[in-house]
Amino acid sequence: MTRQLHELAHTRTGDKGDTSNISLIAYREEDYPLLERELTAERVAAWFAHLRDESAGPVRRYDLPQLKALNFVLPGLLRGGVTRSLALDAHGKCLGAALLAMDI
Amino acid sequence: MNTLRIGAGAGYSGDRLEPAVELARDGQLDYLVFECLAERTIALAQQARLADPQAGFDPLLTERMRAVLPYVRGGARRLRIITNMGAANPRGAARQVSAIAAELGLRGLKVAAVDGDDVLDVLRQHPDWALDNGLTVAGLGGRLVSANAYLGVEGIVQALALDADVVITGRVADPSLFLAPQVHHFGWPDDDWSRRGRGTLTGHLLECAGQVSGGYFADPGLKDVADLARLGFPFADIDIEGLATLGKVDGSGGRIDVATCTEQLLYEVHDPRRYLTPDVTADFSGVHLQACGKDQVRVSGGEGMARPQQLKVTVGYRDGWIGEGQISYGGPNAVARARLAGRIVEERLALTGVAVEELRCELMGVDSLHASHFGMGGEPWEVRLRVAARCLNREAAQAVANEVETLYTNGPAGGGGATRQVREVLAVASLYLPRELAQPQVHLEQCP
Repeated sequence: MTRQLHELAHTRTGDKGDTSNISLIAYREEDYPLLERELTAERVAAWFAHLRDESAGPVRRYDLPQLKALNFVLPGLLRGGVTRSLALDAHGKCLGAALLAMDI
Repeated sequence: MNTLRIGAGAGYSGDRLEPAVELARDGQLDYLVFECLAERTIALAQQARLADPQAGFDPLLTERMRAVLPYVRGGARRLRIITNMGAANPRGAARQVSAIAAELGLRGLKVAAVDGDDVLDVLRQHPDWALDNGLTVAGLGGRLVSANAYLGVEGIVQALALDADVVITGRVADPSLFLAPQVHHFGWPDDDWSRRGRGTLTGHLLECAGQVSGGYFADPGLKDVADLARLGFPFADIDIEGLATLGKVDGSGGRIDVATCTEQLLYEVHDPRRYLTPDVTADFSGVHLQACGKDQVRVSGGEGMARPQQLKVTVGYRDGWIGEGQISYGGPNAVARARLAGRIVEERLALTGVAVEELRCELMGVDSLHASHFGMGGEPWEVRLRVAARCLNREAAQAVANEVETLYTNGPAGGGGATRQVREVLAVASLYLPRELAQPQVHLEQCP
């Protein structure tokens, strides 16, 4: 069965320099193993492939099972960072919401 | 040595004022902390100070202090205020607060300024130092505007030991603003990394104010939050071990629960085992959050290791100009007309020889946020073309903005609501400095 991530988890996105981090938090304890299995760093990297600067380094994932949370760190996504980026959302604050569109 | 209550009065420089007043009046706080200094703010403040030596502190300082200073001496409990609203001019800010206190009749109020974060002169002595973006100090030349080290708790702790009622800093790490009163109150030793780690954790949860108490959280139907128009800002009750319980004033809007706290715990965190501040290498990886009443969450499991030997320095420099224009299209075929408009602007810039370093041309409503709609987009009723370009000079940036506006009479049918904007880019980059090269200094002002 395919479900949209939006039903299973919520996100918040932060920025430091031109690195973005997206936390993904399961609503329910029982869904966390599914997220842990499906939401690999590689899959998240592929989802944002068109925005990534591969030379900045790989996407990393940190697991916090007691909080049913995964923390994704995406280097280079903000292209020069908040202060010189031409992006409308220079902080990349809307990125986490885009992740929630994924079907798993 | 009982518990200490610290409240968060602002999560950024333009934040709401009433929740801070509510905390000062009804929160039974020991400390109210205002975190108001984003990465670039201090570079902007430095520019303001270059134009006017009396300026360079937070423009809302006066308004905020007028609103909360009456509660400093007004309640049963002593309230003290800590803020980084000093920005590029903490001493000027302290003089301003003293003047306000005098106006309000708050005799004997002690206001301390903490500076020493400005390391521009240190950088100028080391032209070969490299920033994290590959540029060197020498390479920035006259474009260099500011360089401020993230200081830790030391200066604030000294000011509190001098009995300051109000402490105003320049650049200090955000969690340090909250850790300092804990170190002062409980007398934690400098190398008590576990308690410093927990105190930093509490500071991290509080530093964005409303973002832990229901702000930046609502997603209607899935994550509902009551009364966001009257969002209450958070406070923490902290014990001598550094264990904290988060709460907010009864009757205020918002919510504090495990979900809101988890989002904020990981906000702007990379490796949760190594959250670096000037005070400690904090470890959030084993944190437990437990609801313990309505809008109350118990925070435990924070740890810490020895602090880094270097301080992070944010360097601000002028980096050209950004010109931006926008125009809307609606109704049938709106997307095609807006795309045509964008192509026309790009061709015009080439035809007229406008030099741009980087250009973005996108449709708000389609692809401006994520450069994609991830296969979920349909044809929107209306879209807004946005063209933005970074240029070496103001004239080129202005030309970009103008070209969008000329679409009114020269572009596709039915464009409306054109706007133009030109701004100078004040970029920031980082480098790391041996910590002994940035020493905090404390200056005390006492109101007559």
